[in-house]
Amino acid sequence: MKLDEFLISPAETARRHGPHDRIVMSSRVRLARNLRDAAFPGWAKKPERLKVLEAIRPAVESLPEMKDAFSEVMENLTTLDKQILVERHLISREHAAKGSGSGLVFNREESFCVMINEEDHLRMQALRPGLQLRQAWGAIDHLDSELEKKLDYAFNDDLGYLTACPTNLGTAVRVSAMLHLPGLVLAEQINPIIQSVNKLGLAVRGLYGEGTEALGNVFQVSNQMTLGETETTIVERLDKVLSQIIEHEENARQILLEKKPKVVFNHIGRAYGILANAHSISSKETMNLLSLMRLGVDLGLFPAEERSTVDELFIMTQPAHLQKQFSDKLSAEERDLLRADMLRDRLKHVSRPNTKKGGAGLDKPANS
Amino acid sequence: MLCSICKEKPATVHLTQIVGDKMQKLDLCEDCAKAKGINDPTSFSLADADVLFGLGASQEIEQSGGGVETKCPRCGFSQADFKKSGRLGCPECYKTFAEGLEGLLKTMHKGTHHSGKVPEALRANREQSDRLKLLQKKLAKAVEDENFEQAAQLRDEIKQITPRGTGLGVT
Repeated sequence: MKLDEFLISPAETARRHGPHDRIVMSSRVRLARNLRDAAFPGWAKKPERLKVLEAIRPAVESLPEMKDAFSEVMENLTTLDKQILVERHLISREHAAKGSGSGLVFNREESFCVMINEEDHLRMQALRPGLQLRQAWGAIDHLDSELEKKLDYAFNDDLGYLTACPTNLGTAVRVSAMLHLPGLVLAEQINPIIQSVNKLGLAVRGLYGEGTEALGNVFQVSNQMTLGETETTIVERLDKVLSQIIEHEENARQILLEKKPKVVFNHIGRAYGILANAHSISSKETMNLLSLMRLGVDLGLFPAEERSTVDELFIMTQPAHLQKQFSDKLSAEERDLLRADMLRDRLKHVSRPNTKKGGAGLDKPANS
Repeated sequence: MLCSICKEKPATVHLTQIVGDKMQKLDLCEDCAKAKGINDPTSFSLADADVLFGLGASQEIEQSGGGVETKCPRCGFSQADFKKSGRLGCPECYKTFAEGLEGLLKTMHKGTHHSGKVPEALRANREQSDRLKLLQKKLAKAVEDENFEQAAQLRDEIKQITPRGTGLGVT
Protein backbone atom coordinates (compact mmCIF):
# COMPACT_ATOMS: atom_id res chain seq x y z
CA MET A 1 0.00 0.00 0.00
CA LYS A 2 1.38 3.39 -0.92
CA LEU A 3 1.41 5.92 1.87
CA ASP A 4 0.55 9.00 -0.19
CA GLU A 5 -2.47 7.26 -1.69
CA PHE A 6 -3.71 6.43 1.78
CA LEU A 7 -3.14 9.72 3.60
CA ILE A 8 -5.95 12.24 3.81
CA SER A 9 -5.19 15.27 1.65
CA PRO A 10 -4.01 18.36 3.55
CA ALA A 11 -7.00 20.24 2.08
CA GLU A 12 -9.39 17.81 3.71
CA THR A 13 -7.47 17.78 7.01
CA ALA A 14 -7.63 21.59 7.05
CA ARG A 15 -11.42 21.49 6.73
CA ARG A 16 -11.91 19.31 9.82
CA HIS A 17 -13.45 21.08 12.76
CA GLY A 18 -13.75 20.56 16.49
CA PRO A 19 -14.79 22.52 19.58
CA HIS A 20 -12.63 25.63 20.24
CA ASP A 21 -10.50 24.97 17.18
CA ARG A 22 -9.66 28.66 16.80
CA ILE A 23 -7.18 27.99 19.59
CA VAL A 24 -7.04 24.23 20.19
CA MET A 25 -5.79 22.69 16.96
CA SER A 26 -6.01 19.07 18.11
CA SER A 27 -6.38 16.77 21.11
CA ARG A 28 -4.49 13.56 21.62
CA VAL A 29 -4.35 10.78 24.21
CA ARG A 30 -1.49 8.30 24.02
CA LEU A 31 -1.06 5.06 25.94
CA ALA A 32 2.17 3.07 26.31
CA ARG A 33 1.94 -0.70 26.74
CA ASN A 34 4.50 -3.51 26.81
CA LEU A 35 4.38 -7.28 26.57
CA ARG A 36 5.13 -9.11 29.78
CA ASP A 37 7.78 -11.48 28.49
CA ALA A 38 9.97 -9.37 26.24
CA ALA A 39 12.74 -6.82 26.72
CA PHE A 40 11.80 -3.20 25.94
CA PRO A 41 12.58 -2.17 22.31
CA GLY A 42 15.62 -0.08 23.24
CA TRP A 43 17.30 -3.04 24.94
CA ALA A 44 15.94 -6.00 22.95
CA LYS A 45 18.09 -7.58 20.25
CA LYS A 46 16.74 -7.54 16.70
CA PRO A 47 15.29 -11.12 16.70
CA GLU A 48 13.33 -10.32 19.88
CA ARG A 49 12.05 -7.05 18.42
CA LEU A 50 10.91 -8.88 15.29
CA LYS A 51 9.12 -11.47 17.43
CA VAL A 52 7.30 -8.73 19.33
CA LEU A 53 6.36 -6.99 16.07
CA GLU A 54 5.02 -10.26 14.67
CA ALA A 55 2.91 -10.79 17.78
CA ILE A 56 1.53 -7.25 18.02
CA ARG A 57 0.93 -6.26 14.39
CA PRO A 58 -1.79 -8.85 13.57
CA ALA A 59 -3.48 -8.18 16.93
CA VAL A 60 -3.70 -4.47 16.13
CA GLU A 61 -4.80 -5.10 12.52
CA SER A 62 -7.64 -7.33 13.73
CA LEU A 63 -9.28 -4.53 15.75
CA PRO A 64 -12.58 -3.26 14.31
CA GLU A 65 -11.21 0.31 14.53
CA MET A 66 -8.36 -0.72 12.25
CA LYS A 67 -10.48 -2.11 9.43
CA ASP A 68 -8.80 -1.09 6.12
CA ALA A 69 -5.95 0.46 8.07
CA PHE A 70 -2.55 1.39 6.75
CA SER A 71 -0.11 -1.13 8.20
CA GLU A 72 3.57 -1.27 7.39
CA VAL A 73 6.95 -2.16 8.84
CA MET A 74 9.22 0.84 9.17
CA GLU A 75 11.98 -0.43 6.86
CA ASN A 76 9.52 -0.41 3.95
CA LEU A 77 8.92 3.31 4.32
CA THR A 78 11.23 5.84 2.69
CA THR A 79 12.87 8.58 4.71
CA LEU A 80 10.57 11.05 2.96
CA ASP A 81 7.44 9.06 3.87
CA LYS A 82 8.53 8.91 7.50
CA GLN A 83 9.16 12.65 7.51
CA ILE A 84 5.68 13.24 6.11
CA LEU A 85 4.20 11.13 8.91
CA VAL A 86 6.10 13.26 11.44
CA GLU A 87 4.82 16.47 9.84
CA ARG A 88 1.29 15.03 10.11
CA HIS A 89 1.91 14.25 13.81
CA LEU A 90 1.09 10.59 13.18
CA ILE A 91 4.45 9.31 14.40
CA SER A 92 7.17 10.70 16.67
CA ARG A 93 10.54 11.80 15.37
CA GLU A 94 11.99 8.93 17.40
CA HIS A 95 9.82 6.42 15.57
CA ALA A 96 10.78 7.90 12.19
CA ALA A 97 14.37 6.95 12.96
CA LYS A 98 13.42 3.28 13.43
CA GLY A 99 14.01 0.61 10.83
CA SER A 100 13.73 -3.14 10.97
CA GLY A 101 11.69 -4.51 13.88
CA SER A 102 9.35 -1.54 14.20
CA GLY A 103 5.97 -0.96 12.63
CA LEU A 104 3.04 1.36 12.22
CA VAL A 105 -0.72 0.91 11.93
CA PHE A 106 -3.20 3.77 11.52
CA ASN A 107 -6.79 3.96 10.36
CA ARG A 108 -8.23 5.75 7.34
CA GLU A 109 -9.62 8.69 9.34
CA GLU A 110 -6.19 9.13 10.97
CA SER A 111 -7.98 9.14 14.33
CA PHE A 112 -6.11 6.09 15.67
CA CYS A 113 -2.42 5.45 15.26
CA VAL A 114 -0.38 2.64 16.79
CA MET A 115 3.42 2.66 16.77
CA ILE A 116 4.99 -0.75 17.38
CA ASN A 117 8.43 -0.91 19.00
CA GLU A 118 8.96 2.77 19.49
CA GLU A 119 10.30 3.36 23.02
CA ASP A 120 7.72 0.86 24.26
CA HIS A 121 6.32 -2.18 22.49
CA LEU A 122 3.10 -0.29 21.90
CA ARG A 123 2.43 3.41 21.66
CA MET A 124 -1.20 3.92 20.69
CA GLN A 125 -2.92 7.21 20.27
CA ALA A 126 -6.32 8.66 19.55
CA LEU A 127 -6.43 12.03 17.77
CA ARG A 128 -9.33 14.45 17.52
CA PRO A 129 -9.64 17.95 16.03
CA GLY A 130 -10.25 20.79 18.50
CA LEU A 131 -10.67 20.35 22.23
CA GLN A 132 -11.90 16.77 22.72
CA LEU A 133 -9.74 15.23 25.41
CA ARG A 134 -12.51 13.16 27.00
CA GLN A 135 -13.56 11.76 23.64
CA ALA A 136 -9.97 10.94 22.75
CA TRP A 137 -9.46 9.19 26.10
CA GLY A 138 -12.70 7.23 25.71
CA ALA A 139 -11.65 6.11 22.24
CA ILE A 140 -8.15 4.95 23.16
CA ASP A 141 -9.38 3.36 26.41
CA HIS A 142 -11.74 1.23 24.34
CA LEU A 143 -9.07 0.31 21.79
CA ASP A 144 -6.73 -0.69 24.63
CA SER A 145 -9.41 -2.83 26.30
CA GLU A 146 -9.91 -4.69 23.02
CA LEU A 147 -6.19 -5.19 22.59
CA GLU A 148 -5.58 -6.47 26.14
CA LYS A 149 -7.74 -9.50 25.31
CA LYS A 150 -5.25 -10.47 22.62
CA LEU A 151 -1.93 -9.52 24.22
CA ASP A 152 -0.31 -10.26 27.56
CA TYR A 153 0.56 -6.83 28.99
CA ALA A 154 3.30 -6.12 31.51
CA PHE A 155 1.28 -4.91 34.49
CA ASN A 156 2.04 -4.76 38.18
CA ASP A 157 -0.57 -4.18 40.89
CA ASP A 158 1.53 -1.53 42.59
CA LEU A 159 3.18 0.20 39.66
CA GLY A 160 0.52 -0.23 36.98
CA TYR A 161 1.55 -0.56 33.34
CA LEU A 162 5.32 -1.07 33.15
CA THR A 163 7.12 1.17 30.65
CA ALA A 164 10.69 1.46 29.36
CA CYS A 165 11.06 4.89 30.94
CA PRO A 166 10.00 5.26 34.60
CA THR A 167 8.52 8.69 33.77
CA ASN A 168 5.65 6.94 31.93
CA LEU A 169 4.95 4.29 34.56
CA GLY A 170 1.48 3.64 36.03
CA THR A 171 -1.30 4.82 33.76
CA ALA A 172 1.30 5.28 30.98
CA VAL A 173 -1.01 7.94 29.62
CA ARG A 174 0.01 11.16 27.89
CA VAL A 175 -2.88 13.55 27.41
CA SER A 176 -2.03 16.51 25.22
CA ALA A 177 -3.42 19.33 23.15
CA MET A 178 -1.85 21.47 20.45
CA LEU A 179 -2.59 25.14 21.02
CA HIS A 180 -2.24 28.14 18.74
CA LEU A 181 -1.37 31.06 21.03
CA PRO A 182 -0.32 34.08 18.95
CA GLY A 183 -2.15 36.51 21.26
CA LEU A 184 -0.23 35.46 24.35
CA VAL A 185 3.05 35.53 22.41
CA LEU A 186 2.39 39.03 20.97
CA ALA A 187 1.28 40.33 24.38
CA GLU A 188 4.45 38.82 25.89
CA GLN A 189 2.38 36.87 28.40
CA ILE A 190 3.38 33.45 27.20
CA ASN A 191 6.30 32.87 29.61
CA PRO A 192 4.35 33.47 32.84
CA ILE A 193 1.57 31.26 31.46
CA ILE A 194 4.05 28.48 30.69
CA GLN A 195 5.56 28.79 34.15
CA SER A 196 2.23 28.52 35.92
CA VAL A 197 1.23 25.58 33.74
CA ASN A 198 4.54 23.91 34.69
CA LYS A 199 3.78 24.43 38.36
CA LEU A 200 0.66 22.33 37.93
CA GLY A 201 2.87 19.43 36.83
CA LEU A 202 2.11 19.89 33.15
CA ALA A 203 4.69 20.19 30.38
CA VAL A 204 4.70 22.77 27.58
CA ARG A 205 6.56 21.83 24.43
CA GLY A 206 7.02 22.98 20.84
CA LEU A 207 5.26 21.89 17.66
CA TYR A 208 6.91 18.50 17.31
CA GLY A 209 7.05 17.51 20.97
CA GLU A 210 10.04 17.00 23.20
CA GLY A 211 12.89 19.43 22.67
CA THR A 212 11.39 21.32 19.72
CA GLU A 213 10.71 25.02 19.40
CA ALA A 214 7.30 26.60 19.30
CA LEU A 215 7.20 27.28 15.57
CA GLY A 216 4.15 29.15 14.38
CA ASN A 217 3.16 29.99 17.98
CA VAL A 218 1.99 26.41 18.39
CA PHE A 219 2.48 24.86 21.82
CA GLN A 220 1.79 21.37 23.13
CA VAL A 221 0.52 21.07 26.68
CA SER A 222 0.56 17.64 28.30
CA ASN A 223 0.62 15.86 31.63
CA GLN A 224 4.02 15.02 33.06
CA MET A 225 3.12 12.61 35.86
CA THR A 226 1.53 9.25 35.17
CA LEU A 227 1.64 7.34 38.45
CA GLY A 228 -0.60 7.91 41.48
CA GLU A 229 -3.74 9.28 39.84
CA THR A 230 -6.41 7.89 37.56
CA GLU A 231 -6.55 8.63 33.84
CA THR A 232 -9.79 10.53 34.33
CA THR A 233 -8.23 12.80 36.96
CA ILE A 234 -5.41 13.59 34.54
CA VAL A 235 -7.81 14.27 31.66
CA GLU A 236 -10.02 16.49 33.83
CA ARG A 237 -7.09 18.53 35.13
CA LEU A 238 -5.73 19.13 31.65
CA ASP A 239 -9.18 20.03 30.40
CA LYS A 240 -9.55 22.62 33.16
CA VAL A 241 -6.13 24.13 32.50
CA LEU A 242 -6.80 24.27 28.76
CA SER A 243 -10.07 26.13 29.32
CA GLN A 244 -8.12 28.70 31.32
CA ILE A 245 -5.44 29.03 28.64
CA ILE A 246 -8.17 29.51 26.00
CA GLU A 247 -9.65 32.29 28.12
CA HIS A 248 -6.25 33.96 28.57
CA GLU A 249 -5.59 33.77 24.84
CA GLU A 250 -9.00 35.29 24.00
CA ASN A 251 -8.41 38.05 26.55
CA ALA A 252 -4.92 38.75 25.24
CA ARG A 253 -6.29 39.10 21.71
CA GLN A 254 -9.08 41.42 22.80
CA ILE A 255 -6.78 43.63 24.87
CA LEU A 256 -4.20 43.80 22.08
CA LEU A 257 -6.87 44.89 19.66
CA GLU A 258 -8.22 47.53 22.04
CA LYS A 259 -4.91 48.92 23.27
CA LYS A 260 -2.46 48.30 20.44
CA PRO A 261 -4.47 47.79 17.24
CA LYS A 262 -1.66 49.25 15.11
CA VAL A 263 0.83 46.70 16.46
CA VAL A 264 -1.55 43.84 15.65
CA PHE A 265 -2.46 45.17 12.18
CA ASN A 266 1.21 45.81 11.45
CA HIS A 267 2.20 42.23 12.30
CA ILE A 268 -0.64 40.70 10.32
CA GLY A 269 -0.27 43.05 7.36
CA ARG A 270 3.46 42.38 7.11
CA ALA A 271 2.89 38.64 7.40
CA TYR A 272 0.40 38.78 4.52
CA GLY A 273 2.73 41.03 2.52
CA ILE A 274 5.65 38.68 2.77
CA LEU A 275 3.71 35.44 2.27
CA ALA A 276 1.85 36.75 -0.78
CA ASN A 277 4.90 38.35 -2.41
CA ALA A 278 8.09 36.58 -1.38
CA HIS A 279 10.20 34.70 -3.92
CA SER A 280 12.19 32.70 -1.38
CA ILE A 281 11.04 31.77 2.09
CA SER A 282 12.12 29.21 4.72
CA SER A 283 9.77 26.76 6.36
CA LYS A 284 10.30 28.36 9.76
CA GLU A 285 9.46 31.89 8.56
CA THR A 286 6.45 30.52 6.69
CA MET A 287 5.03 28.90 9.80
CA ASN A 288 5.53 31.98 11.93
CA LEU A 289 3.87 34.22 9.33
CA LEU A 290 1.01 31.78 8.62
CA SER A 291 0.35 31.83 12.36
CA LEU A 292 -0.19 35.61 12.14
CA MET A 293 -2.47 35.18 9.14
CA ARG A 294 -4.47 32.62 11.07
CA LEU A 295 -4.80 35.19 13.85
CA GLY A 296 -5.94 37.65 11.16
CA VAL A 297 -8.73 35.26 10.13
CA ASP A 298 -9.78 34.85 13.79
CA LEU A 299 -9.88 38.64 14.18
CA GLY A 300 -11.98 39.10 11.05
CA LEU A 301 -9.23 40.77 8.96
CA PHE A 302 -9.53 38.00 6.37
CA PRO A 303 -12.72 36.14 5.35
CA ALA A 304 -13.50 33.19 7.63
CA GLU A 305 -13.25 30.69 4.78
CA GLU A 306 -9.52 31.45 4.42
CA ARG A 307 -8.88 29.56 7.65
CA SER A 308 -8.68 26.28 5.76
CA THR A 309 -6.34 27.87 3.16
CA VAL A 310 -3.98 28.90 5.96
CA ASP A 311 -4.23 25.53 7.73
CA GLU A 312 -3.63 23.66 4.48
CA LEU A 313 -0.58 25.80 3.68
CA PHE A 314 0.69 25.17 7.20
CA ILE A 315 0.94 21.47 6.28
CA MET A 316 1.85 21.79 2.60
CA THR A 317 4.80 24.16 3.06
CA GLN A 318 6.66 21.90 5.48
CA PRO A 319 9.84 20.40 4.00
CA ALA A 320 8.76 16.80 3.37
CA HIS A 321 5.30 17.72 2.08
CA LEU A 322 6.87 20.22 -0.29
CA GLN A 323 9.48 17.73 -1.50
CA LYS A 324 6.76 15.12 -2.11
CA GLN A 325 5.22 17.29 -4.84
CA PHE A 326 8.38 17.25 -6.91
CA SER A 327 10.16 14.24 -8.31
CA ASP A 328 13.69 15.69 -8.18
CA LYS A 329 15.52 15.83 -4.89
CA LEU A 330 15.44 19.47 -3.82
CA SER A 331 18.06 21.38 -1.87
CA ALA A 332 16.90 23.61 0.98
CA GLU A 333 17.43 26.68 -1.26
CA GLU A 334 15.34 25.18 -4.05
CA ARG A 335 12.62 24.31 -1.56
CA ASP A 336 12.55 27.93 -0.36
CA LEU A 337 11.93 29.12 -3.95
CA LEU A 338 9.18 26.55 -4.63
CA ARG A 339 7.57 27.24 -1.25
CA ALA A 340 7.37 30.93 -2.10
CA ASP A 341 5.89 30.07 -5.53
CA MET A 342 3.20 27.96 -3.88
CA LEU A 343 2.36 30.65 -1.31
CA ARG A 344 2.10 33.42 -3.93
CA ASP A 345 -0.14 31.23 -6.04
CA ARG A 346 -2.44 30.14 -3.21
CA LEU A 347 -2.72 33.64 -1.71
CA LYS A 348 -3.33 35.33 -5.06
CA HIS A 349 -7.07 35.49 -4.49
CA VAL A 350 -6.85 36.56 -0.82
CA SER A 351 -7.36 40.32 -0.48
CA ARG A 352 -5.29 42.51 1.80
CA PRO A 353 -6.30 42.42 5.48
CA ASN A 354 -9.39 44.53 6.04
CA THR A 355 -8.58 46.50 9.20
CA LYS A 356 -11.85 48.43 9.14
CA LYS A 357 -13.76 45.32 10.08
CA GLY A 358 -11.04 44.25 12.51
CA GLY A 359 -12.25 42.82 15.78
CA ALA A 360 -15.61 41.78 14.40
CA GLY A 361 -14.81 38.15 14.99
CA LEU A 362 -13.92 38.66 18.61
CA ASP A 363 -17.23 39.16 20.31
CA LYS A 364 -18.68 36.01 18.89
CA PRO A 365 -15.98 33.38 18.57
CA ALA A 366 -17.09 30.83 16.02
CA ASN A 367 -16.77 27.80 18.24
CA SER A 368 -17.44 28.74 21.81
CA MET B 1 30.06 23.29 43.05
CA LEU B 2 30.78 20.88 40.21
CA CYS B 3 28.64 20.27 37.16
CA SER B 4 26.10 17.47 37.73
CA ILE B 5 26.74 15.99 34.30
CA CYS B 6 30.49 15.93 33.72
CA LYS B 7 31.45 16.32 37.40
CA GLU B 8 34.65 18.04 36.24
CA LYS B 9 34.04 21.69 35.49
CA PRO B 10 32.51 24.19 37.93
CA ALA B 11 28.76 24.66 37.57
CA THR B 12 27.76 28.10 36.34
CA VAL B 13 24.23 27.39 35.11
CA HIS B 14 21.76 26.71 37.89
CA LEU B 15 18.27 25.53 37.12
CA THR B 16 15.39 25.19 39.50
CA GLN B 17 12.06 23.76 38.60
CA ILE B 18 8.98 23.32 40.70
CA VAL B 19 6.74 20.44 39.77
CA GLY B 20 3.70 20.20 41.97
CA ASP B 21 5.07 20.95 45.42
CA LYS B 22 8.49 19.46 44.81
CA MET B 23 11.53 21.50 43.91
CA GLN B 24 14.25 20.13 41.69
CA LYS B 25 17.66 21.64 41.15
CA LEU B 26 20.27 21.12 38.53
CA ASP B 27 23.75 22.62 38.33
CA LEU B 28 25.61 22.52 35.06
CA CYS B 29 28.86 23.85 33.61
CA GLU B 30 28.58 26.02 30.52
CA ASP B 31 29.62 23.28 28.09
CA CYS B 32 27.17 20.68 29.38
CA ALA B 33 24.38 23.25 29.48
CA LYS B 34 25.07 24.00 25.82
CA ALA B 35 25.24 20.31 24.97
CA LYS B 36 21.84 19.78 26.61
CA GLY B 37 20.46 22.73 24.67
CA ILE B 38 20.02 24.96 27.69
CA ASN B 39 21.40 28.22 26.34
CA ASP B 40 18.60 30.54 27.14
CA PRO B 41 17.35 30.13 30.69
CA THR B 42 14.18 32.06 29.90
CA SER B 43 13.19 29.65 27.14
CA PHE B 44 10.46 27.21 28.01
CA SER B 45 12.46 24.16 26.99
CA LEU B 46 14.03 24.54 30.41
CA ALA B 47 10.84 23.35 31.94
CA ASP B 48 11.14 20.19 29.94
CA ALA B 49 11.58 18.01 32.94
CA ASP B 50 13.02 15.12 30.99
CA VAL B 51 16.42 16.74 31.16
CA LEU B 52 16.08 17.11 34.90
CA PHE B 53 14.52 13.74 35.47
CA GLY B 54 17.01 11.94 33.30
CA LEU B 55 19.89 13.20 35.37
CA GLY B 56 18.28 12.70 38.74
CA ALA B 57 17.45 9.20 37.68
CA SER B 58 20.99 8.03 37.12
CA GLN B 59 22.24 9.48 40.39
CA GLU B 60 19.50 7.93 42.43
CA ILE B 61 19.83 4.43 41.10
CA GLU B 62 23.60 4.51 41.26
CA GLN B 63 23.78 5.49 44.91
CA SER B 64 21.38 2.79 45.94
CA GLY B 65 23.65 0.18 44.43
CA GLY B 66 26.47 1.01 46.81
CA GLY B 67 29.13 0.19 44.20
CA VAL B 68 28.02 -3.41 43.63
CA GLU B 69 26.69 -3.84 40.11
CA THR B 70 23.26 -5.49 40.03
CA LYS B 71 22.12 -7.07 36.78
CA CYS B 72 18.57 -7.98 35.84
CA PRO B 73 18.38 -11.80 35.81
CA ARG B 74 15.78 -11.68 33.03
CA CYS B 75 17.51 -9.40 30.51
CA GLY B 76 21.03 -8.66 31.79
CA PHE B 77 20.40 -4.93 32.09
CA SER B 78 22.63 -3.10 34.60
CA GLN B 79 22.56 0.15 36.54
CA ALA B 80 25.27 1.51 34.28
CA ASP B 81 22.93 0.94 31.32
CA PHE B 82 20.21 2.89 33.10
CA LYS B 83 22.60 5.73 33.75
CA LYS B 84 23.37 5.88 30.04
CA SER B 85 19.84 5.75 28.65
CA GLY B 86 17.42 6.59 31.47
CA ARG B 87 15.36 3.63 30.25
CA LEU B 88 15.04 0.15 31.75
CA GLY B 89 15.69 -3.17 29.98
CA CYS B 90 12.52 -5.17 30.53
CA PRO B 91 9.42 -5.33 32.75
CA GLU B 92 11.32 -7.53 35.22
CA CYS B 93 13.86 -4.70 35.77
CA TYR B 94 11.23 -2.96 37.92
CA LYS B 95 11.64 -5.80 40.43
CA THR B 96 15.40 -6.04 40.07
CA PHE B 97 15.98 -2.34 40.67
CA ALA B 98 12.93 -1.77 42.89
CA GLU B 99 14.95 -0.35 45.77
CA GLY B 100 16.82 2.23 43.72
CA LEU B 101 13.73 3.22 41.78
CA GLU B 102 11.55 3.92 44.78
CA GLY B 103 13.00 7.31 45.61
CA LEU B 104 13.18 8.23 41.96
CA LEU B 105 9.50 7.50 41.40
CA LYS B 106 8.61 9.69 44.36
CA THR B 107 10.30 12.70 42.76
CA MET B 108 8.78 12.00 39.36
CA HIS B 109 5.17 11.23 40.09
CA LYS B 110 2.18 12.24 42.12
CA GLY B 111 2.25 9.00 44.09
CA THR B 112 3.99 5.64 44.09
CA HIS B 113 0.91 3.46 43.82
CA HIS B 114 -1.04 2.92 40.62
CA SER B 115 -4.67 3.93 40.90
CA GLY B 116 -5.70 3.97 37.24
CA LYS B 117 -6.89 1.41 34.74
CA VAL B 118 -6.33 -2.31 35.41
CA PRO B 119 -6.57 -4.96 32.67
CA GLU B 120 -9.94 -6.72 32.90
CA ALA B 121 -8.43 -10.16 33.46
CA LEU B 122 -6.44 -8.93 36.44
CA ARG B 123 -9.23 -6.79 37.82
CA ALA B 124 -11.32 -9.79 38.82
CA ASN B 125 -8.35 -11.23 40.71
CA ARG B 126 -7.58 -7.92 42.28
CA GLU B 127 -11.13 -7.40 43.50
CA GLN B 128 -11.17 -10.90 44.90
CA SER B 129 -7.91 -10.45 46.75
CA ASP B 130 -9.05 -7.10 48.12
CA ARG B 131 -12.24 -8.75 49.35
CA LEU B 132 -10.29 -11.61 50.90
CA LYS B 133 -8.04 -9.21 52.77
CA LEU B 134 -11.06 -7.32 54.07
CA LEU B 135 -12.77 -10.51 55.28
CA GLN B 136 -9.63 -11.71 57.02
CA LYS B 137 -9.35 -8.40 58.79
CA LYS B 138 -12.99 -8.61 59.88
CA LEU B 139 -12.43 -12.18 61.05
CA ALA B 140 -9.47 -11.21 63.23
CA LYS B 141 -11.54 -8.42 64.73
CA ALA B 142 -14.49 -10.75 65.39
CA VAL B 143 -12.22 -13.28 67.10
CA GLU B 144 -10.66 -10.54 69.19
CA ASP B 145 -14.12 -9.32 70.20
CA GLU B 146 -15.11 -12.95 70.94
CA ASN B 147 -17.96 -12.53 68.48
CA PHE B 148 -17.81 -16.19 67.47
CA GLU B 149 -21.06 -16.32 65.59
CA GLN B 150 -19.86 -13.62 63.21
CA ALA B 151 -16.41 -15.23 63.06
CA ALA B 152 -17.90 -18.53 61.89
CA GLN B 153 -19.87 -16.73 59.24
CA LEU B 154 -16.80 -14.87 58.02
CA ARG B 155 -14.75 -18.07 58.00
CA ASP B 156 -17.35 -19.68 55.73
CA GLU B 157 -17.30 -16.69 53.40
CA ILE B 158 -13.50 -16.87 53.19
CA LYS B 159 -13.67 -20.59 52.47
CA GLN B 160 -16.05 -19.88 49.64
CA ILE B 161 -13.60 -17.56 47.92
CA THR B 162 -10.30 -19.37 48.46
CA PRO B 163 -10.79 -22.62 46.52
CA ARG B 164 -11.21 -20.58 43.35
CA GLY B 165 -8.47 -18.24 44.40
CA THR B 166 -5.60 -20.16 42.84
CA GLY B 167 -4.89 -17.32 40.46
CA LEU B 168 -4.52 -14.86 43.28
CA GLY B 169 -0.79 -14.40 42.72
CA VAL B 170 -0.63 -10.70 43.44
CA THR B 171 2.70 -9.49 42.23
